[in-house]
Amino acid sequence: MKSDHHLILRVIAKCLLPLITIYAFYVQFHGEVSAGGAFQAGIVLAVTVILYALIFGLAEAMRAVPPWFARGLAALGVLVYGGVGVWAMVQGGQYLEYQALFNEPPGGHDGQHAGIILVELGVLFAVAGAMVSIFYALAGRVAEIRDEDW
Amino acid sequence: MWDIILERGSYWAIIGVMMIGLYIAFSAENLIKRLVGLSMFQTTICLFYVQLSNVANATAPILLPDDMPKGAYGAERVADLAHAYSNPLPHVLMLTAIVVGVATLSLGLALIVRINEAYATIEADEIRASDVEVQLAEDADAARTGGEVVI
Amino acid sequence: MILETVLVSAPDWAVRHAAVLIVVVPMLLAPLLALSPSNRLAWVLTIAGTAAAFWFSLILLAIIQEVPGSAISYALGNWPPPIGIEFRIDALNAMILVLITGMGMLASIFAWPTLAAEFRGERLNLFLCAFLLCFAGLAGVAATGDAFNLFVFLEVSSLATYVLVAMGAGKDRRALPAAFDYLIMGTLGASFYVIGVGLIYAATGTLNMADIAAQLPALSGNRSVQAGLAFIIVGLGLKAAMWPLHQWLPNAYAFAPGFVAMFLSATATKVALYALIRWLFTIFQPELAFEAALLKWVLAPLAMAAMLICSVQAIFQSDVRRMLAYSSVAQVGYILLGISVGTAAGVSAGLLHLFNHSLMKGALFMAVAGICLAYQARTIRDFAGLGRSAPFTMAAFGIAGLSLIGVPLTAGFISKMQLGYALLDQGWWWAVAVLVFASFLAVFYIGRILQAVFFEPPLNPRKNNKEAPLLLLIPLWILALANIFYGIDASFPAGLAADGAAAALALGAPQ
Repeated sequence: MKSDHHLILRVIAKCLLPLITIYAFYVQFHGEVSAGGAFQAGIVLAVTVILYALIFGLAEAMRAVPPWFARGLAALGVLVYGGVGVWAMVQGGQYLEYQALFNEPPGGHDGQHAGIILVELGVLFAVAGAMVSIFYALAGRVAEIRDEDW
Repeated sequence: MWDIILERGSYWAIIGVMMIGLYIAFSAENLIKRLVGLSMFQTTICLFYVQLSNVANATAPILLPDDMPKGAYGAERVADLAHAYSNPLPHVLMLTAIVVGVATLSLGLALIVRINEAYATIEADEIRASDVEVQLAEDADAARTGGEVVI
Repeated sequence: MILETVLVSAPDWAVRHAAVLIVVVPMLLAPLLALSPSNRLAWVLTIAGTAAAFWFSLILLAIIQEVPGSAISYALGNWPPPIGIEFRIDALNAMILVLITGMGMLASIFAWPTLAAEFRGERLNLFLCAFLLCFAGLAGVAATGDAFNLFVFLEVSSLATYVLVAMGAGKDRRALPAAFDYLIMGTLGASFYVIGVGLIYAATGTLNMADIAAQLPALSGNRSVQAGLAFIIVGLGLKAAMWPLHQWLPNAYAFAPGFVAMFLSATATKVALYALIRWLFTIFQPELAFEAALLKWVLAPLAMAAMLICSVQAIFQSDVRRMLAYSSVAQVGYILLGISVGTAAGVSAGLLHLFNHSLMKGALFMAVAGICLAYQARTIRDFAGLGRSAPFTMAAFGIAGLSLIGVPLTAGFISKMQLGYALLDQGWWWAVAVLVFASFLAVFYIGRILQAVFFEPPLNPRKNNKEAPLLLLIPLWILALANIFYGIDASFPAGLAADGAAAALALGAPQ
């Protein structure tokens, strides 16, 4: 433990972090009917990790959310998004045609619902993963060994 | 005359900020400042698009409760909305442009970190001076060894 | 006949979805590469992705050529075009797509030896991921029929490009400021493009290119539309390295990893030029007085300035790759000159030169990358005597160099001849004089290297004979032979260019 004069910060942060996470999911799943959506939710979700890193140190944050996980999450997000499109193609529709996802008759809306939620989920993963990766890359940069130091 | 100018006040403001950003992006020697100018420039584009989408006396393009779809999905409800809304399309476009801007900004910052590690400075003129020095040293080296490449 | 075989053997789904799969396949392979545990696997996947895209582009070309003047429209998400995003392929994009994907495939084959040597033990899979993103972005720019979607793909490819250029920092730290300058200029260019699209959207209320083209005749003389076109030309001109907006290019090409320089020189500026042709001829009409003046009094002088000034600058470079980069700017001038004629013959000559320039610059940069790899050579002095130590590599270099000058029986000759005829048709004899003089300048800068390579004694006689790796020689010789083959029988690229020009000029014609 470094010192205690950050005690208040630590305690408050511990209280806030779960709330921020829940808020991220609120923005995510409320995006269908009101302002908000996966971009914003992804940023808010990434903020929890960044805040954690600021308060408890980068090493702690990297132990909680390893860099490979953040990068994998970003890649997974893109794959989910594109995968929905490819799935629609496999089902006989155009690329990203939600209507075709379940081969519904016209008037069915399950495909639209599932499609938009999956795509938003993909965006959430991609944005959150990318943001955390960017933060790690900039904050955790260890300088390369310079020529003079050899 | 004044009417024409004042009516478009918001556009003038946008153009002003845009030019300030452009000027900074070109003239600043400090790389961070150039990036700041670039971000300002990109942000004013978002303002410009949002300004385009504005409709007189309209509200943000988020459906208010009065206009919520009643009954089954797909009912014809486009025709009679209780409120006027701004054009949502430019907002959506700018959401994309913002994401592009964030990507550019973070990539630029990452490059600056690397430049700082390689050159120990983030001033463009010092970087140029140091490049010229290296080039001169290499040329002198080549002249000394009679043009032989030392591998 | 090769194309017909491709079309007949292609499965139904490929024919139906080729327009979008050409972008989706590399775009989805990119995150997979980021997760790939092994570098070699990543490389194989990269080749698979680019080869698949090449195959799709051939299918598209075959479909287009079945019915002359036809266009494929693919509605994303099955939203009908003016509302949804449309991928629209006609003879013009089909040609550009074949070019990009073909060059991308050759580049990815020779990626392995150069990258493995340049980044020992580093995360090659992430590098190749960025390459595939760049590739997908460029293909997207060429495939899309939506003005804003074009911007998004342009930025996808540009952001990946900045990363790729910066990766040259392992060998030379000057790659970092070069990448940063490129980032500033490239982003400004894209931003100008977006402003232009915004102004045109404000006037027409649509983003679909075909729809804009249909709306514009009613808006002739509209200031907002004219300002929009001016912004778009500046923006795309920055991306295409139109003189004097080319300042980012020489350093970016000179310090990027060899493989990146080759891929970018063959594709990146070409795609921006394609977008420029699209805007100038398909969406806007060259008959408009405003645009005719723009072509003749802005684009043509700039093109000729590029041809002269950058050729002279190329002569005075000692770094081979910088010299080739300046020569690229000059060659962009040739292409722009063809475009600025504004006739079908001129655009067709510009497109043909665009195609041929890809072939020759690709081959030149590839050979230089091979020499960098085998001999660490950078300057012209380092190249002395290499004709004896690396005959196969340098022979291909020589062929491509002759093609760049425009020696008869090479591809460069054909396109310069066509360009000359197109200029003479318009009575622009002064432009022909500039064309000939600029080619004469090319003799100097290419001649300097060729003389050093073939007629000077080797700098360091102790050096063993060493060729570039085989994986590099194969694509290099494919390109070199293409330069000769299309110099003797130019019917394939000339046909593509003529069809492309016809498609560019006719689609927006008032119905």
